[in-house]
Amino acid sequence: MRTPIAYFLLLAGLLFAMGTVGVLVNRNALRIFMAVELQLNAVNLTLVAFARMHNDLTGQVLAFFSMVVAAAEVVVGLAIIVSIYRRRRSVDVDDVREMRW
Amino acid sequence: MVETLTSHDASVLWVIPTLPLAISMLNLFVGKRLGRWAGVLATMAVAASFAVAVASVADLLSRPAGERLASQHLFDWISVGGFRVGADLRLDGLSAMMILVITGIGALIHLYSIGYMAHDERRGRFFAYLNLFVFFMLMLVLGANYLVLYLGWEGVGLCSFLLIGFWSDKLTNAEAAKKAFITTRIGDTLMLVGLATLVFKFGTLDFVPIFGAAPTVLTKDAATVIALLLFAGAIGKSAQLPLQVWLPDAMAGPTPVSALIHAATMVTAGVYLVIRSHVLFEISGVALTVVLVIGVATALFAATCAIAQVDIKRVLAYSTISQLGYMFIAVGMRAYAVAMFFLVAHAFYKALMFLGAGSVIHGMHGEQDMRQMGGLRKVMPVTFVTFAIGALAQAGIPPLAGFFAKDALLEVAQHTGRTAVYGLGTLAAFLTAFYLGRMLILTFFGKPRSDAAEHAHESSPLIWIPLAILAAGVAFAGVLELNPEGKLTSLLDPLLGALHDAGGLPFATLAEIAVAVAVVALAITWWIYGSGRIDPNAFRARMEPMATAAQHGWYVDRAYDVVFVQPAKALARMTGEVLDAKVIDGAVNGVAGLVQRAAAGGRLIQTGFVRTYALVLFLGAVLVLGYIGVRV
Amino acid sequence: MSGHVLSAVIFLPLLGVLGLVIGGRQITDAGARWITLLVTLVTFSVSLAMLGRFTAADPGYQLIEQASWVPGIGLQYLIGVDGISLWLVLLTTFLFPISVLASWTVTANVRRYMVAMLVLETAVLGSFLALDLILFFIFFEAILVPMYLLIGGWGGERRVHAALKFFLYTMAGSAFLLVAIIFLYAKAGGGTFDVRTLADTAATLPLATARWLFLGFLVAFAVKVPLFPLHTWLPDAHTEAPTAASVLLAGVLLKVGAYGLIRFNMALFPEASKHFATPIMVLAAIGIVYGAVCAISQRDVKRLVAYSSVSHLGFVVLGLFAFTQQAVSGSVLQMVNHGLATGALFLLVGMLYERTHTRQLDEMGGLASVMPWLLGFFLFAVFASAGLPGLNSFVGEFLVIIGTFAISHWLGVAASIAVVLSAIYLLWSYQRVAYGAVRDEHRGLADVSAREVVVLAPVLALLLVFGVYPKMLTSAIDPATARVIEHVAPDHPTTVVTGVEVADEGSRG
Repeated sequence: MRTPIAYFLLLAGLLFAMGTVGVLVNRNALRIFMAVELQLNAVNLTLVAFARMHNDLTGQVLAFFSMVVAAAEVVVGLAIIVSIYRRRRSVDVDDVREMRW
Repeated sequence: MVETLTSHDASVLWVIPTLPLAISMLNLFVGKRLGRWAGVLATMAVAASFAVAVASVADLLSRPAGERLASQHLFDWISVGGFRVGADLRLDGLSAMMILVITGIGALIHLYSIGYMAHDERRGRFFAYLNLFVFFMLMLVLGANYLVLYLGWEGVGLCSFLLIGFWSDKLTNAEAAKKAFITTRIGDTLMLVGLATLVFKFGTLDFVPIFGAAPTVLTKDAATVIALLLFAGAIGKSAQLPLQVWLPDAMAGPTPVSALIHAATMVTAGVYLVIRSHVLFEISGVALTVVLVIGVATALFAATCAIAQVDIKRVLAYSTISQLGYMFIAVGMRAYAVAMFFLVAHAFYKALMFLGAGSVIHGMHGEQDMRQMGGLRKVMPVTFVTFAIGALAQAGIPPLAGFFAKDALLEVAQHTGRTAVYGLGTLAAFLTAFYLGRMLILTFFGKPRSDAAEHAHESSPLIWIPLAILAAGVAFAGVLELNPEGKLTSLLDPLLGALHDAGGLPFATLAEIAVAVAVVALAITWWIYGSGRIDPNAFRARMEPMATAAQHGWYVDRAYDVVFVQPAKALARMTGEVLDAKVIDGAVNGVAGLVQRAAAGGRLIQTGFVRTYALVLFLGAVLVLGYIGVRV
Repeated sequence: MSGHVLSAVIFLPLLGVLGLVIGGRQITDAGARWITLLVTLVTFSVSLAMLGRFTAADPGYQLIEQASWVPGIGLQYLIGVDGISLWLVLLTTFLFPISVLASWTVTANVRRYMVAMLVLETAVLGSFLALDLILFFIFFEAILVPMYLLIGGWGGERRVHAALKFFLYTMAGSAFLLVAIIFLYAKAGGGTFDVRTLADTAATLPLATARWLFLGFLVAFAVKVPLFPLHTWLPDAHTEAPTAASVLLAGVLLKVGAYGLIRFNMALFPEASKHFATPIMVLAAIGIVYGAVCAISQRDVKRLVAYSSVSHLGFVVLGLFAFTQQAVSGSVLQMVNHGLATGALFLLVGMLYERTHTRQLDEMGGLASVMPWLLGFFLFAVFASAGLPGLNSFVGEFLVIIGTFAISHWLGVAASIAVVLSAIYLLWSYQRVAYGAVRDEHRGLADVSAREVVVLAPVLALLLVFGVYPKMLTSAIDPATARVIEHVAPDHPTTVVTGVEVADEGSRG
């Protein structure tokens, strides 16, 4: 018997909620970044789960695709964070607000 | 009166204006290198024009009276959708008289200018402008349609501007130049509207079809409108009331310029225009009356101003305005031939007097105030004699040219039953003789009243030879014209029609009255200014404040300044600096400002806290998903 | 290239841009100047070849080039020339080498400056030649960018403000244009942006729709012309722009607006053109007088010339909407003549500024005695601009006046008032520049250089040539404008009575 889809969705929802809270409560850019990754993976999980349910590989392909994009994004994002750290010796996102207005 | 002349082609007409134009361009670009030759070349160009003009006129005269019209089509100037204006020239009796005056007197004045401007280092440019003026003036009178006429009309205005302001480092000269151009342009604008009306009514600006069709096409009212609009142009150019203010100031130009432009030729263009368009004026009738009234008013007004002047050139300027008024009187009475004769005679004696005045000013080292002169007849004999001939001619002493002109005019007035015109004309004649006598005596008689007057010297032959030639012309032209078959006036007959004579006092009686008036006036001036029995200064003091008012042209200038110029300037400032900058541009900037302020408010939402953005993003997602959930 | 002469005219300048960009830093300033001058001169000679192939008597579009571009929406690369655009194209290709030569004194970022100039030339020429609405729109908008850069990059003290105002103001107008184009395409397009086809299909639109669309087009072009009261960007832009940009702005850019009115508004919406003719003519007449009055009160000589442009362009719009042959042809003529006369004025003002470093009339004076030739040229241009007969502006203005007078006496009279006013502001400004006492710091200023004579001479010569023999232009303009009038107002009194008829009548009567 297959694992019911609801389990996957529950887990994914849990992961997404953790990610969301992580984004909202953290001030450290790195931690926010990790939380975002958590959200992304939650979505990937739902994609794979639905793909399995419908016996359609498209969802899996999409998940791979999103992982690749996420990897690229991590590269850029981390590079930015590192360069911000180099300049300011801090990665507190509340301090970085020059670009407003 | 429909023109019935048959026309023939003339292939040399274009040469007449082109010669001065070519030399003008030469002088304009390489005049500096030509040195003395600039003036010689310029004079030769005009003299050559004169020769061609004489030949052309002779050719014209050799034809039967009904065929005295030569025309030449050079090229199409404007040609748009059935509306065509050619660069067309035409020579008939009227333009023949004009071109002879322009090139003949013009050549003499050019000759005079060689001596007069000998020490001016910009003389190349001076002669370039002077020749250019001759070109435009010839175009004005040779044009076969109103647009070529208008070309010349504006062109002479341009040259007048350039030459009045020739010594432009003095700001008053530049002011005078600008004033002359703008004042005349007010008239020109109305004239332009007149041309537009002509196009509207006739679809053409050519003289022949317009005058041919005018009696059938134009109603009396339409003719009045057109005629008055054209006359407005004439008022501006010929310095008639109420646009007379520019001419006295125009004396700021070099004296030969005053002689050529502001006495002999350009200012008479208005008279030419009205005579040229007499068909339109006659259909209207009212327009002729307006011309007459303005003429009388101007003749009297300017004569009173001339009496009180102290600057010798300003006397002549007001005198010119007054004499132009006379010409318009003649035109207004439909005595076109008299007006033309007056014009020619005036061109001679006024050019003569201006050049004489120039000689005096030259001899006085630039002094123009008659109060500083006196006794010059001994040191400047030639100038004195020629100047006196001019003055006596204008005053109406026979047998000089001016006498016949003025007498013919007053005769027409009397014989056509215009007693008021006759009376006022005679009064103006009295004033004319008075101011001329005053000028003559103050300048040449009595004792020298300044060092300059004591050390004055006669001018060089280059200057007095033209004076002598002009004086001879003044002395004999009138006599020649006595002949009723006088060639030049007979030129005009087929063109203008003969005059209806209602009869009146016999010619001899009128002539005696006229001479008596002139002689009495001259005698009075001698008594006041020359006899030494009366102190002229005390006399003037007794006439205050009228004398000062007359000297300032009865303050018309100042009144215009207060009533028109200053309010107009204020209005322009209001429009430019308040209406445009504050209201219209203000509205534009206001809209821009509004957008900017809205944006300024909007951007405050961007706090810069990444986590706030994330929260909003999250809430937004929840809202959208919630909405979808509810809908499903 | 035999069949592609128009494309060659449009894109030759872009080729020059390519060269300047590829060459990069290796190109010296002098090199950039000479390359650009060469390119603009070649463009001019190619446009002369275009003139050679043009048939003046043919009222329609000629030398058409057509290629599908985006087939899905019927977008085409469609260009052609007629008697109206012909002279505007030649005016453009003529003024560009002059402007480049006048820009010899620009020393900052020469290469970029020249790139902007060349891009501008392509954009302007494209606007005049495009017969596809979207293609036109692209070129029309493309004008803004290089002009913005020229004003903002090489302008005067308040250049940023002026450039931004210019850009936003005209852009705002264009927004209406784009919307109107798309709406027109959707409602009556028949799957094409070809103006020739649209001119027929737009006739099927409901009246109200056509009138709204007309207004959409009108706003864009009225800002560009500029028509009173949408003119206030012009004085700012002119004042701050570098000399060459001023010359081109007055010389050709404003003409794009007037050209748009005749090419698109009238061709596409003939009924609406007639419907709105009176208010537009009234605005134009107000603009003629208003611009002149504003010019009188200016102290900055460039602003003064800018306001005179408002006045002169009023003549153009007035004439266009009078729909008489004389007025419309006069308008087109006036477009060319104003480009030359005002172009000359801006060139001269620029030369004065380079010497005196001021644009304030009060701070000049007496310059005629210091630089007689330069001021002599200036006076020549002043009188050309003031409409002296025999010089070029007179002919167009006179035709507009008589053509308008046939429709409305009062509008004709109002336009005539400008004759006096222009004399006042031009002569007054000339007097303040040229006459009076010289300021000490202006003594010893150099008169025109050989380069400047080369810049001025062709323009000034044309002022005279087109004043004496305007038929050169009108013989090609006339058939094209007759076609426009025929299209818009076939029942209109297109010509005043011809002289010959009157003469016959006279001899009979």
